[in-house]
Amino acid sequence: MNTQYYFFLLVDGLNSHLRPNEVLLCSLTGEKSDFIRLNRNRVLQAGSVRQIELSMDLIEGHRHASAQCNLSMQEERDISQLLGLMDALRHQRQALADDPFLYYNTTPVHSEQIDDNRLLSSHEVVREITAAAEGLDLVGLYAGGRLYRGFANSLGQRNWYSTANFNFDWTCYHRADKAVKSRYAGSEWSSDRLQQKLEHVRTELRSLQRPALTLKPGRYRVYLAPDAVSEILSTVAWGGFGLKSHRTRQTPLIKLAQGTRSLDPRIRLAENCAAGIAPRFTDRGFITPEEVVLIDGGRHAGYLVDSRSAKEYRTPVNAGSEYPRSLDLAAGKIEPDDLLTALDTGIYINNLWYSNFSDRNDCRITGMTRYACFWVENGRIKAPIEVMRFDESLYHMLGEHLIGIISERELILDSDTYERRSIGHMHLPGLLIDRFSLTL
Amino acid sequence: MIDKPRQYYFHSNSPPLFSDIVKTFRALAPAVDFWSLRLVDQRLERITVRQDRTEPPANRRTLGAHITVFDGGGAGYAATCDLSRSGLNTAVHQAIDWACATADIHLIGREEHAMPQRSGRYQSTIEQPWHSISIQDKQSLLIRLNRRLKAHDAIVDWWASLEYLNNGVMLVTPDVEIVQSVVHITPSLAAVANREAETQIRSYGSDNAAQAGLEQLSRIEFEEAAGRVAEEAVALLHAPNCPSGMRDLLLMPGQMALQIHESIGHPLELDRILGDERNYAGTSFVTPEMFGAYRYGSELLNVTFDPTRPNQVGSYRYDDEGAAASRQFLIKGGILKRPLGGMTSQRRAGLEGVANSRSCSWNRPAIDRMANINLEPGETSPEEMIASVERGILMETNRSWSIDDSRNKFQFGCEIGWLIEQGERKGIVKNPNYRGISATFWRNLKAVGDASNCAVMGVPTCGKGEPNQAIAVGHASPPCLFEVVDVFGGA
Repeated sequence: MNTQYYFFLLVDGLNSHLRPNEVLLCSLTGEKSDFIRLNRNRVLQAGSVRQIELSMDLIEGHRHASAQCNLSMQEERDISQLLGLMDALRHQRQALADDPFLYYNTTPVHSEQIDDNRLLSSHEVVREITAAAEGLDLVGLYAGGRLYRGFANSLGQRNWYSTANFNFDWTCYHRADKAVKSRYAGSEWSSDRLQQKLEHVRTELRSLQRPALTLKPGRYRVYLAPDAVSEILSTVAWGGFGLKSHRTRQTPLIKLAQGTRSLDPRIRLAENCAAGIAPRFTDRGFITPEEVVLIDGGRHAGYLVDSRSAKEYRTPVNAGSEYPRSLDLAAGKIEPDDLLTALDTGIYINNLWYSNFSDRNDCRITGMTRYACFWVENGRIKAPIEVMRFDESLYHMLGEHLIGIISERELILDSDTYERRSIGHMHLPGLLIDRFSLTL
Repeated sequence: MIDKPRQYYFHSNSPPLFSDIVKTFRALAPAVDFWSLRLVDQRLERITVRQDRTEPPANRRTLGAHITVFDGGGAGYAATCDLSRSGLNTAVHQAIDWACATADIHLIGREEHAMPQRSGRYQSTIEQPWHSISIQDKQSLLIRLNRRLKAHDAIVDWWASLEYLNNGVMLVTPDVEIVQSVVHITPSLAAVANREAETQIRSYGSDNAAQAGLEQLSRIEFEEAAGRVAEEAVALLHAPNCPSGMRDLLLMPGQMALQIHESIGHPLELDRILGDERNYAGTSFVTPEMFGAYRYGSELLNVTFDPTRPNQVGSYRYDDEGAAASRQFLIKGGILKRPLGGMTSQRRAGLEGVANSRSCSWNRPAIDRMANINLEPGETSPEEMIASVERGILMETNRSWSIDDSRNKFQFGCEIGWLIEQGERKGIVKNPNYRGISATFWRNLKAVGDASNCAVMGVPTCGKGEPNQAIAVGHASPPCLFEVVDVFGGA
């Protein structure tokens, strides 16, 4: 049965069992995905996952109780399960006090986005990958299939989002930890595009054949490629942009918000939902704006506000969650062709890894270089480097030590698959930074 | 007080029962070299009181089937939450199709696949069940703790929560049935103190996840901790930064759990050593030839894989390949003995491992994981350790963790530290961090705390694998003293 039709049918059925003063909010998250795990260019694990989960919030006045459960997509079975669930939630609700921060959209806004793209069969994909990568030590994951998100409530609102896409995230190893990381994501598989990407990998692998340099701890001029920038911003996003974390003084950007520190005036960072890669409706029925500017001109400019914070702090909702899922960093003026010249002598860092805060109040972040990172001299790549630990403040990286921003940006689709495939993404340029601190 | 039965939606054996699904599945069982069915029914409840207000409780139940097929040299799986006859039948055919499609390009040989050998059962030992008190009583406890946490004007955020997880798993093959029921409880509380641009957090409990009922709260003195946590959070606002330099380092059990996890547990995972995780979680500085000879740490270092320890969060009787679990030394007298690899990885590597092939839920295949990785107690009391230190730092409660992809160069930070000078514990220091290299750090292990000071810790979310999986693992450890460690503080 069509998943959209089925979801709305279920909610209609549940609505008919509501008591007079009750409001029901329902969200659906689902996927029909294939996962192909590869090592040494052979299949390690391959399979298909079909999972549909319904979240339900049953409200009466200012009291509510919520729950999540899987749907079998068998109507009789699911309705029976969900009616039992509603009964349990009514009972639990009696034990709960009024929720002062309960807030949901009461003016129905309908939306529907269905990307009707068709993917190449995963069985064919794995054949293409293993054939095209013959001779390479390739390890990684192909994840592809259809994703679903839905919202419906007893006030008549209906929202639906469905897309089919893939994310092939892989690494080709030269030896030990010397490797080239790549991604190929999209909604239409192209054999030529895969070949091009693998050709680029082969070229970079040749660069890794040179003996690796071991750098001493110290400060270096570096280029952070978009993947490396995404690692930094993912760490900052951990409490960095939500209104709740600001009001409770837990944001790592506390000094930026208080105005005692600033970033370079060229830094403009926004949550950009306009690209249509992720749905804009929230699980409370709100529609998020196309853009929420978080940092502008190097200064704090805004917060992500979910429905609870909106009620608590009396400000409009602009996000489904206070963790960003569509970060967009403005491009700069350094042309990609001029990058190595601009770097001159320093480190070309393709990937950073395992970042965490070493001093949250100063937004100081530590992490590791990973995969193909190179020592560059006089604008020419000289040698790969052994992995190094960095420990650096965002106020240096995007502030006083920022040299320039690349003029082209890369769209990075989040490859996370905890519980389910992510729909997050970032649109980022590379950054040229001076005096970047390596510590170990 | 016992809740009324109808409140038990999330924790009853409400239909469909495993036995009904198994019966349906057996009628569909395919004629292949091998098949298995793993049913998982996970129920989670979480109650949080933040700033004296009860947040909406979380109630989640996930129920599904994971079907594995080995056939003709290939292997495949399919996972579904449609447990009807047609849903299971579709999944069976998807798994068969994957086995067929990968037969000539599969990495794992036909003879390397693990198959369960015997049936059995396991159930967590619980003294005071989660549902033996009402949700109101749990809220009352958390509200009481909130009042203790808000002990000072400088406390700007505070919360306390209780999480309950009931994980029922049934593994079925043509000849074997294994049923395991694991119950976790994770209590946690925290206080956030602020003064201008200085924010400090102290927390307690989240690394004390256990296979237990509500008795875990008194075991870890959960209620008593709230006042201390609030006081320490405020004290940190006025404390100096941790000094920089090479000093002795005394790690308390909470931070030892993280240290063991990141720089012993992960590097010993056999799938990492085999290269399976090189695109995500990483590889390992440990290589196969090191087992049996490599000096991992000082002679004081003894580390076991022990899924048999009652109440520890990573305990079980069988792993998800159906292998029977037993206690094994991973490191003895500082010498590396065996890796953390399940039967499939052991066959691939030609090494003896342990029963640790685990999956986080029905929607993910099993991979090599930690279970309980414990550092065995020594003979030194914490007082003796402190007395032996001329210049050192004591660190407690992890707050930051970062390590390279081969699990060698690490940097960890804690919520709080204390100076140790001339054999005495002195004042609090904030932002304590330290860095080192796994391959040499454990060789500087100078003293290991005695059994009376050993704490049984549990980490509820260890992330790894592609597709990603988060799973609970346990680490028991006494305090440990390391010499000549690079420590430092904040800006």
